[in-house]
Amino acid sequence: MEAASIPGGGERSILGRSPLARFPDRALKYGLTALAGLILALIVYFFFRLVGEAKPAFAKFGVLGFTFDNDWNVNAEQFGALPLLVGTLITSFLALLIGVPVAVATAVYVTELSPRRVRGPITVLIELLAAVPSVVYGLWGIFFLAPKLQPAEQWIADRLSFVPFIGGGVATIPNYFVTGLVLAIMILPIVSAISREVMATVPLDHKEAALGLGATRWEMIRIAVLPYCRSGIVGGAMLGLGRAIGETIAVTILIGDAPQLGGHLFGQGYSLAASIANEFGEAQGLHRSALFAAALVLFVLTLLVNGVARIFVLRAAQPGGSKQTGGTAQAADVADVAVGA
Amino acid sequence: MSAQTPAPEKLARFNVSAARRRRDRIARGTILAATVLALIPLLLIIYYLLDKGLSSWSPSFFTTDPTGNTFFKNSSIGGIKSAIFGTIEMVALASVISVPIGVGVAVWLVEYGRSSWFAQLVRFFIDVLTGVPSIVFGLFIYIVLIVGTGSSFAGYKGALALSLLMLPVVTRSAEVILLLVPGALRESALALGAPRWRVIFSIVLPTALPGMVTGVLLAVARAAGETAPLLFTAAAANATSFNLGGFMNSLPVQIYSDVTSPTTAVVNRAWGAALTLVVMILLLNLIARLIARRSRLA
Repeated sequence: MEAASIPGGGERSILGRSPLARFPDRALKYGLTALAGLILALIVYFFFRLVGEAKPAFAKFGVLGFTFDNDWNVNAEQFGALPLLVGTLITSFLALLIGVPVAVATAVYVTELSPRRVRGPITVLIELLAAVPSVVYGLWGIFFLAPKLQPAEQWIADRLSFVPFIGGGVATIPNYFVTGLVLAIMILPIVSAISREVMATVPLDHKEAALGLGATRWEMIRIAVLPYCRSGIVGGAMLGLGRAIGETIAVTILIGDAPQLGGHLFGQGYSLAASIANEFGEAQGLHRSALFAAALVLFVLTLLVNGVARIFVLRAAQPGGSKQTGGTAQAADVADVAVGA
Repeated sequence: MSAQTPAPEKLARFNVSAARRRRDRIARGTILAATVLALIPLLLIIYYLLDKGLSSWSPSFFTTDPTGNTFFKNSSIGGIKSAIFGTIEMVALASVISVPIGVGVAVWLVEYGRSSWFAQLVRFFIDVLTGVPSIVFGLFIYIVLIVGTGSSFAGYKGALALSLLMLPVVTRSAEVILLLVPGALRESALALGAPRWRVIFSIVLPTALPGMVTGVLLAVARAAGETAPLLFTAAAANATSFNLGGFMNSLPVQIYSDVTSPTTAVVNRAWGAALTLVVMILLLNLIARLIARRSRLA
């Protein structure tokens, strides 16, 4: 990019060379441009094909009817995706509720409180969580975590029987809560990485000013660090949310695959992605179209969430109106890459 | 940090009230506890993988194909040979497809597109790709290559789904690294009369290579662990196959189909396969990190 600052850099090479010698340059430039354009066209094409495949289901039930009707019955050919949508949202928000505070705490610890020695190892260990494949999370969740937690869940459900949604029911081994908990573990690395990168951009002046005024370490974090990083953390959390919404295999294994609105937190449910993974193999005709429609709803949902996330992460690049040249955004990019986003 | 800010504890002792000091200690304790809490799942997962996975590892586990026979005990269920080979073949093909395209797009973004509206649009779409759930990639390929052509599942279709998944990771990481190549290097080469393409191939790409290898390896590690895009593109199979045009097994799909089995021996095979997969992915991660540390950029 800096090469652009050479006045007439491009022109000189054109003036100085024969058409034959110019050929590789042109070929490379237009070839790469075409490649970039091709990617664009491909994504648009995929999207329209997906819409095309989903059309029969939308035509039969209506877009709103499909998305918000509470009736997913394969045998009766009734497809209202509300139980799936709600399952996706419940588990994803549970993941945020559990995962984000822990992830932010790890980021604060690593950037502000930890001894220098343990900083690297902790960062690497948290990033390793991102390297565990989702099917392995599912395997571990269903054979270890869920059975271990079930008695505790039942105990909570019995004690809090007066609280709607949480209490009263019978805790099953696969359920919303376990799914949300495993999703929380899965989004931890990305939320933590982005929070960490954003916290690294807090000016030393701000922190020293807070300490200089007599703030304790925690007060310094509360006054100087967290407010400065708010939009970056929100952006990181939204990226985590997008990840949780789209997560398929671990959820399919853990949520119980019951196509109904789950009555309580410790009961079985379903999610958009899980329905596709679970039913697509045998689906025919309208059923298959309904699953494509579910995929489209999922796709649009993740698009919205990720779009909002990018806006927040980008805004974190210009805190307080002072224009930094995308430092944070780029830092967040690097963090993304590091955890394999 | 602790080096620049002179011992806050010492200050605290002189002029900070007991209540504030207590709150400080509680907050710091909570943050430390949350950090420890975040590390527990990793330890538990590794412990259980080793505990359950190692016991199902044996020479025959790696040298026999799954028999598909799940209602008999012990050795008759077979191993995971076809799954290991399938994963390696499909991920290799996916890399061969996505790495040149991803790096090409990144080079275009950094060297040609820069901040033009078209480049911004391409960046936006790459970001969109990053957020697409992996199962949707599988459906994309299913619609185009299975519904569209009327043919059946095949290894190369699985590889294509994986390459879609890898593409944004490769492009984003390569772009970040290419931006770090000092402009002075490009300017010197141009000033010496090198044409643009030679600048890119002889100066920019070699300088950025180690960093890009890191990004590629992380993308490969991610693709190797994905189940969802393979379910409806490569499907599952028993026999080891080197024909990318036919059904192809893979480690994640093998684990997924074994998880739901009521037979203990089959579930144990899932643990063994999971340990194998995690070891493969961690090795890739380790190599990526070592190369990243060697890189002069970043």
